[in-house]
Amino acid sequence: MQRPNPVQRASSDQPWQSRVAWGLGSLVGFIFFWEVLALLIQHRHFPTPTTVFAAMWGEAETGALIYHIGKTLFRVAVAFVVAMLIGSAIGIVMGRNGRVDQAFDSWLVLFLNLPALVVIILCYVWFGRTELAAIIAVAVNKIPNVAVTVREGARALSRDLAEMAHMYRFGAWKTLRHVTLPQLSPFFLAAARTGLSLVWKIVLVVELLGRSDGVGFQLGIYFQMFDVSMILAYALAFIIVVQLIEFGILQPIAARVNRWRR
Amino acid sequence: MAQVMEEKPHALANGGLRVRVARKIFPATANREAQLVLKNIAIDIEPRSFVVMTGPSGCGKSTLLNIVAGLDHDYEGEVELGGADTRLGYVFQSPRLLPWRTVYENIALALPDGDPGHARIDELLRQVGLESFASQYPERLSLGMQRRAALARGFVTEPDVLLMDEPFVSLDDPTAQGLRELLIALWSRRPTTVVFVTHDRNEAVMLGTRILRMSGANATISQDEAVRLSPAERTDRDKVLAEQRRIFHET
Repeated sequence: MQRPNPVQRASSDQPWQSRVAWGLGSLVGFIFFWEVLALLIQHRHFPTPTTVFAAMWGEAETGALIYHIGKTLFRVAVAFVVAMLIGSAIGIVMGRNGRVDQAFDSWLVLFLNLPALVVIILCYVWFGRTELAAIIAVAVNKIPNVAVTVREGARALSRDLAEMAHMYRFGAWKTLRHVTLPQLSPFFLAAARTGLSLVWKIVLVVELLGRSDGVGFQLGIYFQMFDVSMILAYALAFIIVVQLIEFGILQPIAARVNRWRR
Repeated sequence: MAQVMEEKPHALANGGLRVRVARKIFPATANREAQLVLKNIAIDIEPRSFVVMTGPSGCGKSTLLNIVAGLDHDYEGEVELGGADTRLGYVFQSPRLLPWRTVYENIALALPDGDPGHARIDELLRQVGLESFASQYPERLSLGMQRRAALARGFVTEPDVLLMDEPFVSLDDPTAQGLRELLIALWSRRPTTVVFVTHDRNEAVMLGTRILRMSGANATISQDEAVRLSPAERTDRDKVLAEQRRIFHET
């Protein structure tokens, strides 16, 4: 019963060494292109990658880079976990209960379209410029996205498997662990992956507007100084950290969750 | 809802079944009128008998099976199971295995944690010919193999009543025949009450000790017939065919 799998990505047929080599090669190509372009333009607001990496190294040596990235990562982590938990709960309830879904669907649309900046400003106005307000602002921005994604999964839960679990007396815990959560896991993963990239971008804005540490705060300072090298240094450092989380945590989880697929 | 009926003649033996369905109606939907599916159904099933319900597609066989299983409560009538804690097994029309659990795990999950039945799994896997596929995920197996795994899951709990809804449909004939022989072997080794739904008359005669015929027209049971075949005769195609002609009045 070997059928071709249309959802399989073409790249997954290659060995991982080949994929890593292509990825790295492409990255080196980009840096080279940037270096040449910067040398041609010769402007202090368009630094070469060499200058940016030197700035990053200098900031790392003073400890400032690690300190501010740590602060930002902490906010990302807390807001991410809170948003995933609350968003998933809302998504599951709405996906399983048609009446609740009907009653609150327009609320969800409203919050989905509420600009992130408005939520941030309102949180700071209502709760003061505190750590709690910052995290609430980020979580509120992310919750509707998680809810919508998980709701799709909860709507599609198999009735066939639920009946099977009932007939074989699985009980609540066994049903949750072996029947329900495995069906929802692709949706959790999708929400987590889009969520991580969304959350860290919003955290920077929150820090810029109302915190006195974190990558967003540093970007604000160096914006006032027009220090583009330093702005790029912080941005690059954080991109590297987020990619490490993607490869080191999210992808291994995805591979484990999907290992049963043909 | 199921309403309790007045008279109760005698206590049911363990594994016995008493099914009374006065009326079962599919409610009207946007593009279909309300439909009477079952009417005046009264079946008493002896413990360890193999009852086959047969009839054309859409005559209400599967609906009746779901009522017996307790999956459908929206009917007028009553279903009584003999014994204090009757264990039901259900082998569905599609295998309904958990694709993210291995064949072994799928069978083991049907048992309560710490149940001594776990010791039976390896033996059962050998009987259904899946011993070398125990650690495979179901979607990597053929439909026939998935159905064998579902069969093993149905038997591992040693149910008092095993319900089966066309479990061998959409298989090629040799595979289906092999599975029927396997079912006869499993059932002879450990006879349990079986209620088996099929539209295949040949399959009905080969497996059943009693056949209930349903016709779609009047939504009830039109014929109730014992099958006169010994276990050995059931794998003899000519004997089965002769009995099929007798029961279904085929020429």
